[in-house]
Amino acid sequence: MDKFTELTAIAAPMPTENIDTDQIIPARFLKTIQRTGLGKNAFAAQRYDAEGNENPDFVLNQEPYRHAEILITYDNLGCGSSREHAPWALLDFGIRCVIAPSFADIFFNNCFKNGILPIRLPREICDELMDDARQGSNSRLTVDLERQVIVRPNGETIAFDVDPFRRHMLLEGLDDIGQTMAHDAEITSFEHRPSRAWVPSITIGTSK
Amino acid sequence: MPVTNSPRTLFDKIWDDHVVERLEDGTCILYIDRHLVHEVTSPQAFEGLRMSGRRVRRPDATVAVVDHNVPTSDRSKPIEEPQSRLQIETLEKNVAEFGVPYFPLRSASQGIVHVVGPEQGISLPGMTIVCGDSHTSTHGALGSLAFGIGTSEVEHVLATQTILQKPAKNMRVSVEGKVGPGVTAKDIMLAIIGRIGTAGGTGHVIEFAGSAIRDLDMAGRMTLCNMSIEAGARAGLVAPDETTFAYVKGRPFAPKGEAFEQACDYWRSLASDEGAYFDTEVTLAAEEIVPSITWGTSPQDVLPITGAVPSPSDVADPARAAQIQRALDYMGLEAGQTIAGTPVDVVFIGSCTNSRLEDLRAAADVLRGRHVAEGVRAMIVPGSGLVKHAAEAEGLDKIFLDAGFEWREAGCSMCLGMNPDRLTPGQRCASTSNRNFEGRQGPGGRTHLCSPAMAAAAAVTGRLCDVRELVKETV
Repeated sequence: MDKFTELTAIAAPMPTENIDTDQIIPARFLKTIQRTGLGKNAFAAQRYDAEGNENPDFVLNQEPYRHAEILITYDNLGCGSSREHAPWALLDFGIRCVIAPSFADIFFNNCFKNGILPIRLPREICDELMDDARQGSNSRLTVDLERQVIVRPNGETIAFDVDPFRRHMLLEGLDDIGQTMAHDAEITSFEHRPSRAWVPSITIGTSK
Repeated sequence: MPVTNSPRTLFDKIWDDHVVERLEDGTCILYIDRHLVHEVTSPQAFEGLRMSGRRVRRPDATVAVVDHNVPTSDRSKPIEEPQSRLQIETLEKNVAEFGVPYFPLRSASQGIVHVVGPEQGISLPGMTIVCGDSHTSTHGALGSLAFGIGTSEVEHVLATQTILQKPAKNMRVSVEGKVGPGVTAKDIMLAIIGRIGTAGGTGHVIEFAGSAIRDLDMAGRMTLCNMSIEAGARAGLVAPDETTFAYVKGRPFAPKGEAFEQACDYWRSLASDEGAYFDTEVTLAAEEIVPSITWGTSPQDVLPITGAVPSPSDVADPARAAQIQRALDYMGLEAGQTIAGTPVDVVFIGSCTNSRLEDLRAAADVLRGRHVAEGVRAMIVPGSGLVKHAAEAEGLDKIFLDAGFEWREAGCSMCLGMNPDRLTPGQRCASTSNRNFEGRQGPGGRTHLCSPAMAAAAAVTGRLCDVRELVKETV
C-alpha cells in the first residue's frame, strides 16, 4: 500500500447524498480477479451514455476534474455493498482522499486499507470546500495527514480527526496483516480456551 | 470472559467473548469463528496470501461457495461468459490450493452464501461471522455477530482468523404488538429503514427486539437482519431463543447430542441483560405497519402500498429536493401519484433477503390457481439447491410453473445483475431483493422492493398492488 502523507490536488465537487458503491462501480465490472483496471469504469452509469460516449455533464468528464485526486460529497458516501472494488476504482481513477459529512462504515474502512484517506467534516465545511473545488484548477486543496489539516486555497486551515492507529498505518504505508501476525501467540492461546470447546470444525470435500 | 459486571447487551457479550487482545488505542483483535467466502470478493485476497507466502490459518473455520456470478439457467452446460467462468475457476483453484471446504456449482448444497450458512448449521448463535459481502448481517438472525468486510479484510481473516475493529455502538429497535394480515418481516424491515433512514444505523449494531420480532420464524428474522446494512448498521441481531435452537438442531454442521445442549446453555446466556445500555432506542408499533414498497432509488424511499409518491416541494433542503426529483425521473414516476397501479415488466422473487422455503411458500399462497399477467416476465430463484429441492417436494414448483413463472437454479441472480439475469433500461421490476439503487438490477432498470407475497401479487395483476386486496378471502 502506498503511503499517504501530504496531498495537494484538484478536488471534484459531487454535491450528492448516499452515493452508493453500485454507482461507484456497477456489479457487472466486478468479474475481475485483479485490483487494478477499474478506474475507467468508476461511476460508469453517470460517466458514459449507452454507447459508451462520455457524458459531458458529469463532473469527472470535465477539466480539470478529470485529474481530481480528492472527491467531496454529501452524507453517507459509499453506502451499500462491501465491495472493495469501489475504493479500488476510485484509486485507479486517481482519487487519494474523499471528504464527506458521513460515510458508510465498510466503505470508510475499505478506503484506509487502500491508501485512500476518508475525512469526515461537518456539512457546512464540506459546502465551503465544495465552493473551493468549483473554482477549478487554480483552487487546489492540500491535505496534510501529519498535521491533520486541510489547507484551503485562501490559506485557511481546517483541522480533521483521524483514528491514530489508522493514521499511523497510512503515514507508514503499512500492511496490517503483518502487524496482527505478530500477535500469533495470543491468537493461538485464545483458540485453546476451554470456553470455546463447543465451536465445531468444518470439513467437507474440497474437490469438485 | 466478562470485562465488567454492569449489564451488557447481546452484542457486548459476543464481542467480549471474542476479543483476543485490546490494543493501546482501543482497537481490538477480534477472533472470527466463521469465514464465508465467495467468488467475487476473494480472488485478490487469495492472491495476496500467495504473494506473501501466507497460508489460511483455519481452513476448518472457512467455507467457500459460488453464488454472485453463476448462471441460474441449465447447469449442465459450461458457463458462457468467459470472465464469470474465470472467476469461478479461480475460486476452485484457490480452495484446492489452500484446503478450504467448498460447495461447488453442481453440489446440491450450493446456493447463496447467506442461505447456505444457516441452512448447513455452519453459522451458529454466539459466533462471530464474516464474509466479503455486506449482507452477512443475515446470519445475525441466529444471535451471532455477523458483518460484511472488504477484500483486504478477507485476506486478513484468511491469514490470521481475526479482524481489527473497535466496538460498535448499541441500538435497539423494538417492534411491539402483532402485525396485521399480509404484513411480513420484509414489510417490518422496510418500515424500520423508512423510519431511521439508510444512515440511521451507521456505527451501530442493531438488536431487533419486541414481541413482533419474537413471533417471527427464522426465515423472517433473516430477512430482517439481512437488511440491517440498508439501515447503515454494521450488523443486526436477534437474541437466540427456543425458535433459534429448534432451527439449529440437527443441521449438518451444528453441535450434536450433549454438545448441542451445552451450546444451548451458553447461547441462552447471551440475551441482553435487564438494564443494559443502548446508545439509541427506536420503537415501532406492529399494528401500524402495512405492506410496503419502495418508490425511489434508496431503500429509505419507502411507502405503504396505499401511499403516494413524495414531491420535491415536500422538503425544505434543496439538495434533498433535487435528489427526490432525480429519483422520480430515474424511476419514471410523477410527484404525488399513488404507487399502487404502477405497471411492472418483471417480477423477481429471490436473493439472500427472500429466497428461503418460507418465502417461496408465501409467494405460492398468492399464486395458487392464478396466472402471471400478460407481458410480465416473472422469475423465482431459490436461495439454495436444498431450498429448491424442498420446494419441489411440496409441489411449489408446479404452482410457480403453472402460474407462468420461471423456476431457476440457486444464486444471487437479478438482485445485483452480475450474471445474465438483468433488467434492460427502463424496465420496471417488483423485486424481493434488498437494494433499489440506480442500475442495481441492470443499467437503467427500475426496482421496487417488496415482500414475496407483494411481488407475487404484482406478477398476477401486472401492477404494483396491495396483496391484501388479492387474498382477502384467505388472509
